[in-house]
Amino acid sequence: MARMMFLCDAERCIECNACVTACKNEHEVPWGINRRRVVTINDGKPGERSISMACMHCTDAPCAAVCPTSCFYTTADAVVLHDKDTCIGCGYCFYACPFGAPQYPRVGNFGGRGKMDKCTYCAGGPQQDNTAAEYRDYGSNRLAEGKLPLCAEMCSTKALLAGDGQIIAQIYRERVQQRGYGSGAWGWRTAYRLEVQS
Amino acid sequence: MSRLLLAFVAAALLAAAPAAAQNVVGTPTNPVAAPPQALELEMQQMLTGGRIAGRITIPDQNAANLIQPAGQSWREFHNVTLTWVGGIAILGILAVLALFYATRGRIPIEGGPSGRTIERFNLLDRSVHWMTASTFVILALSGLNLTFGRFLILPLIGPEAFATLSLWGKIAHNFLAFPFTLGIVLMLVLWVKDNIPNGRDIAWFKAGGGLLGNGAHPPAAGRFNGGQKMVFWLTVLGGAAVAVSGYILVFPFAFTDIAGQQLAHIVHGLLSVLMIAAIMAHIYIGSIGMEGAFDAMGSGQVDLNWAKEHHALWVEQEMARGRGAAPPAGAAAAGD
Repeated sequence: MARMMFLCDAERCIECNACVTACKNEHEVPWGINRRRVVTINDGKPGERSISMACMHCTDAPCAAVCPTSCFYTTADAVVLHDKDTCIGCGYCFYACPFGAPQYPRVGNFGGRGKMDKCTYCAGGPQQDNTAAEYRDYGSNRLAEGKLPLCAEMCSTKALLAGDGQIIAQIYRERVQQRGYGSGAWGWRTAYRLEVQS
Repeated sequence: MSRLLLAFVAAALLAAAPAAAQNVVGTPTNPVAAPPQALELEMQQMLTGGRIAGRITIPDQNAANLIQPAGQSWREFHNVTLTWVGGIAILGILAVLALFYATRGRIPIEGGPSGRTIERFNLLDRSVHWMTASTFVILALSGLNLTFGRFLILPLIGPEAFATLSLWGKIAHNFLAFPFTLGIVLMLVLWVKDNIPNGRDIAWFKAGGGLLGNGAHPPAAGRFNGGQKMVFWLTVLGGAAVAVSGYILVFPFAFTDIAGQQLAHIVHGLLSVLMIAAIMAHIYIGSIGMEGAFDAMGSGQVDLNWAKEHHALWVEQEMARGRGAAPPAGAAAAGD
């Protein structure tokens, strides 16, 4: 099985936020929840870079490690998913996540957290693939249809890459070779313990 | 796989270097600082515990953090430090109490029960105590469940039942925090005047208090002895710190950022397990550990002999104020 990864080429990202919009639309993500976002570092200064970030589907996922109800699981494609039926919305995964991926709907008292929501790598949840129940809780399951995550698929500059880690790393290396520079694969060291330098 | 990638990367770097050098042609432009390398920045922030943050166009400012390596340290705290500190504190105090009970047994009233009682805690005192105590027990159990439940309870009852239990535990934890805090405040108001530490407490501790001094009476104490004052201040100060850190967690990101939330959880978790261990000792000495002690918070009426042995000065004061001891219920008045 492939080891699915995300890679954002910061030299190409133009902060158009199409990935964010595509994600929200594809999964009908509620207001206030952002499975994917674009962060601009060194804004207005030399070396400004924009990076699209979502759940990186870590190798040794911190969210899964700290979850009090053990609601996370990793698929055969190395996608980190969770079961909303056993999530209690404690918020621990947000404290542990290096990428700020877990999101919580504001429900109930004191702006308390509802069940956690995060990027599923367009791979749905524990229910039967492509059912209405799965769509309601987790959004569409493109992986089960043989498609890759929509954010990367519709990235206009092809900055955001999704797919087998070895293949997207190869694409990135070829780019770096071609243009002679790169700014590294953001989050790879933290998520996959891989050091893909430019 | 990672080694393979590294090898590829090294090759790419070597190939890229001359290409970059050839790019410089014509008039030199202003030098531009090299863009930060993801690897270098991640490594540097990981070592210093800092965050990589930037600008974001969505309202949620927490999302402006790109990478926060401190999450890994928090994970280490939650999964390793807290589990060990909590486990050792709670099992340790259980072992100490079991050993104490096995060697010392139940501490009796030396003179035996007199049959005459004196009021130690009135209805208000007792209501405040039991409101705080009952909420504390539920808060403690639902809190411990978040750290130990998945090892101890989840395998027994299965994921669905455990999730339901934990969800109700979380709701109870969030709501009962309020009566618990009220109880802490009321206890402070009701009992602080009798809990100011003084010289007698030092003598009391030197003599081993009411616990270790076998046979001999503990040194005379006022309404509260040194040990009770310790429990009082631990409850009030510890309870206040646990309450404040707890409210920060209940209203996530209302007062602080991700680093503050993590710190609040660390303070909350560590203080809570230590308080649970201390309160377990308090429960022991107030129930099976000492004859006559439970009545103080049960009926509020303690045996006069118990009171004289443990709180001689307080009994004198009460007597002086004319609040004498009541005769045993059902006793006939002399002459009848």
